[in-house]
Amino acid sequence: MSVVEETYDVVVIGAGHAGCEAALASARMGQNTICFTVSMDSVALMPCNPNIGGSSKGHLVRELDALGGQMGINIDHTFIQSKMLNSSKGPAVHSLRAQADKSAYSLRMRKTMQDTDNLTLRQAEVTELIVNDGKVCGVKTLSGAIYHSKAVIICTGTYLRARCLYGDVIEHTGPNGLKAANHLTSSLTANNVEMNRFKTGTPARIDSRSIDYSKMEIQLGDTPVVPFSFSTNPDDVQIEQVPCYLTYTNEKTHEIIRANLDRSPMYSGVIEGTGPRYCPSIEDKVVRFSDKNRHQLFVEPEGLNTNEMYIGGMSSSMPEDVQYAMYHTVPGLENCKIVRNAYAIEYDCINATQLKASLEFKNIDGLFAAGQFNGSSGYEEAAAQGIVAGINAALKLQNREPMILDRSNSYIGVLIDDLVTKETKEPYRMMTSRAEYRLLLRQDNADIRLSKIGYEVGLLSKERYDHVVEKERLINEEVARVKEINIGARKEVQALLESYGSIPLSNGIKLVDLIRRPELDYDKLAPIDPDRPELSAEVREEVNIYIKYEGYLTRQEKQVKQFKKLELKLIPEDLDYDDVSSLRIEARQKLTKLRPANIGQASRISGVSPADISVLLVYLETYKKKK
Amino acid sequence: MNHSDTICAIATSLNSSGIGIIRVSGEKSISIVDSIFRGKNKLVDCDTHTIQYGHIYDNENIVDEVLVMIMKAPRSYTTEDVIEIDCHGGILVLKKVLSLLVNAGARIAEPGEFTKRAFLNGRIDLSEAESIMDLISSNSELSMKNSIKQLSGSLNKIIVNLRDKILYETAYIESALDDPEHYDLTGYPNELDKKVNEMISSIDDLINSFNSGHILKEGINTLILGKPNAGKSSLLNTLSRRERAIVTDIPGTTRDTLEEQITINGISLNIIDTAGIRQTDDIVEKIGVDKAIDSIDDADLILFVLDSSRPIDSDDEFIINKIMDKKVIILLNKSDLVSVISEEDVYKKYNKNVISFSSVSLDGLKKLESTITDMFFSGDVHSDDTLYITNSRQAACLTNAKNSLNNVLVSIENMMPEDFFSIDLMDAYNYLGEITGETIDDDLANKIFSEFCMGK
Repeated sequence: MSVVEETYDVVVIGAGHAGCEAALASARMGQNTICFTVSMDSVALMPCNPNIGGSSKGHLVRELDALGGQMGINIDHTFIQSKMLNSSKGPAVHSLRAQADKSAYSLRMRKTMQDTDNLTLRQAEVTELIVNDGKVCGVKTLSGAIYHSKAVIICTGTYLRARCLYGDVIEHTGPNGLKAANHLTSSLTANNVEMNRFKTGTPARIDSRSIDYSKMEIQLGDTPVVPFSFSTNPDDVQIEQVPCYLTYTNEKTHEIIRANLDRSPMYSGVIEGTGPRYCPSIEDKVVRFSDKNRHQLFVEPEGLNTNEMYIGGMSSSMPEDVQYAMYHTVPGLENCKIVRNAYAIEYDCINATQLKASLEFKNIDGLFAAGQFNGSSGYEEAAAQGIVAGINAALKLQNREPMILDRSNSYIGVLIDDLVTKETKEPYRMMTSRAEYRLLLRQDNADIRLSKIGYEVGLLSKERYDHVVEKERLINEEVARVKEINIGARKEVQALLESYGSIPLSNGIKLVDLIRRPELDYDKLAPIDPDRPELSAEVREEVNIYIKYEGYLTRQEKQVKQFKKLELKLIPEDLDYDDVSSLRIEARQKLTKLRPANIGQASRISGVSPADISVLLVYLETYKKKK
Repeated sequence: MNHSDTICAIATSLNSSGIGIIRVSGEKSISIVDSIFRGKNKLVDCDTHTIQYGHIYDNENIVDEVLVMIMKAPRSYTTEDVIEIDCHGGILVLKKVLSLLVNAGARIAEPGEFTKRAFLNGRIDLSEAESIMDLISSNSELSMKNSIKQLSGSLNKIIVNLRDKILYETAYIESALDDPEHYDLTGYPNELDKKVNEMISSIDDLINSFNSGHILKEGINTLILGKPNAGKSSLLNTLSRRERAIVTDIPGTTRDTLEEQITINGISLNIIDTAGIRQTDDIVEKIGVDKAIDSIDDADLILFVLDSSRPIDSDDEFIINKIMDKKVIILLNKSDLVSVISEEDVYKKYNKNVISFSSVSLDGLKKLESTITDMFFSGDVHSDDTLYITNSRQAACLTNAKNSLNNVLVSIENMMPEDFFSIDLMDAYNYLGEITGETIDDDLANKIFSEFCMGK
């Protein structure tokens, strides 16, 4: 029997948010790439919430964009509302969040993929990995077709052996009734990949015509809108936005839920997977936070070409009749009609400690993994891993060193380090508090942090990189200039200060000290700084942040220096921890299992103490000298 | 742990009374010592391998008269800049100088850390690597054991409680940042200011109690053992010269252990009175007995009290057998009564120091004091150094935690955005965690998820 046989450099399994970024990165870096999807209609699908970005996730999108990824550009073209969250807080926690037109988002990404050179998008289910001598050589699809390749990137999201549940209904499908991928898991376990099973859930979609918005609070977008991508002209995103709405559950809702808990597969024990605590179903919220008499619900449009509204905050796996009953208790939803039921979904994923920070498997050469398959959750987390896996697969084929982002240069680095170092027991979500150097890792300076890397790996254009280099130069020059300026207690100065409710001067003062006053900033003081050059808003923002928070920034920069010292102390891959007799047994077992790449990573493994690290440092020194 | 900052430690054993050397190593050692030392010249201007005479100051107060030796990198043990300070004022002064160094930016060294640095910087031969690694791991285990032992239940509770409060506030801020549409921080800074002030004052209380030595169980751990009503509590009272223990003639009065710090000829003793040891069916008394037996292991010196008016019985023998390999002074108590046991017989039988003693007439007290002093200076008895180091480190952690909380107050006062508060709050949280030996891991994320309802 003859089968189709083709050869590519890189195979990407899955065309969700991780798969798209991985395939685009690899193809754009010159590798002949094929990307498989179980359905051409599910490319860059958003099966849950209709947003891109949000607290810390917005950072991920910005970073992805700075490296040369697609998500930021794609949402800039397809959003229908946008907000900068936390804008009254410090610059480190400002985060962009946009409502997407889901189908427009998906279609635009599909077209981008199809228009990219070196990239083939193909509908087929991958059923088997071909591995020879610990090295991946390609994949097989359901039809038996063979695709040879030098690298494979697994981005199967929530599709592996997926099943969707509500009440006693169990459907063996992926999200939105799409086909599940039921074969690949056994091929992975046959190759000694350690699997986990996670679950997540989504709320019902409601027909907009059945909602009484007059009983809800309207939520509008920001004006002006700030784009996600550093390459997007801000003028192009000042569109007419659509509103979202806010409403609340109440005691009646909670009573119905409590009365029917035994009919939820979560509580009856049917669901085996571990769900995320940060994104609980409404059942979970009512049980775990029983002292709260109401929970917020966000009613958000799914797009311009549908009447479906997403009921954020009310994901559930209750039976259909209970779903109707509980949604009907909510103000504005009394007569609502459900278009799609809420459901929980279970899927296979891996314990990501089997991966290196490059997202390549430690035990299988050339096999990479990204996205929800790695135990994360969220479109942005997936996309961020996707681009890293795509870049590293390409670099590997080009015989170049992998791109390792670390905790000191990006949220992506924090995300990946957490995934590959700590054993994640539930779907992992990004949070700003996970980034210990978050003052330095701001969404506003993602381009300054990462463009050089994006350019050097060959993904970001020279034009975009040059722009960032110039921006950085202007910032440094202006900061230096401002630091030299003294302001006298002149009449116009006093008047300006007074107008902002700031204490007038008794003596001369440095301009930087005025900028640091909480009620003032760099822009507000322009009238008393006549020599100020004309600068773009993005440069002015950086100058302001740098001066205002200099003390804190320097402190974190110092900590980063310490951090780097340990990250640079590499541990040989073949080190046998059994030779290091002074290590405590627990530490030795953990280190043997995880095989950290450097001392820094070793120190973050739970169960490895500072004394173990000292022992390891001494051992490495002897090891080095003996070689 | 940081592997290149400036570390300090007492380099000499703490037993030998007055003189002690403090060693400082690291990039900033010269400037740190300069900030607390006043001599003819600034140390930074002095040549390497010279000795400077001067004084250590705490602000304007002289702490000690010292000699300071400078060894600039790389010609030193660790190959870093090393300073050695010869102090003369005894243990308390050494402790004080160490805490001044910590306040000036040094960190108390981990067990074996000077040696580790010497090795990592190529100063020590490869053949010694194995023993250095063993030293590090065994010492750190010992010191961990000690730090847990050191923490009395109440102190531990205070710290656990403080950490929990700090974590809760941080989790609240972070939840609001992660999910601004659910949690609002309006008016929160004022609330936090109040709470942080309360936290600081409870840390202050802890620091004070460390300094006054009530928690700091320094000195020679001295255990008073004996069967019920042998006169143990009277002995404690005599030694501490006040009514600390309840003394009655009902056997079994002391049901828990009592502790007292006393000084004999400048030597610090941490005296622990125990319940009388005998076979008993009383559950409460039995707990005290078990505790007394357990504490034998940690004792540096044991004062075993025999009632000389009664013959040695099986309870006495039971105790003696447990302490044969320890440093022991046997006191033949109640010498004011008719004695049925002779000093000579007891000495022959057990080969331990024996002293006739009376809490009533104070007969033998002088001899007891001089025997303890002799044993100390002959090196026969000494306290556990690691205990002392653990204490200094814990005190330093408290100070660091307090400084971090003060930074929070400064940020609130300067009207900084709320996300800046959590940085210093988490620092304080981590410093306190070092005291109780907890690791950080994912505490914050767990707290956020468990206490605050998030998300979609």
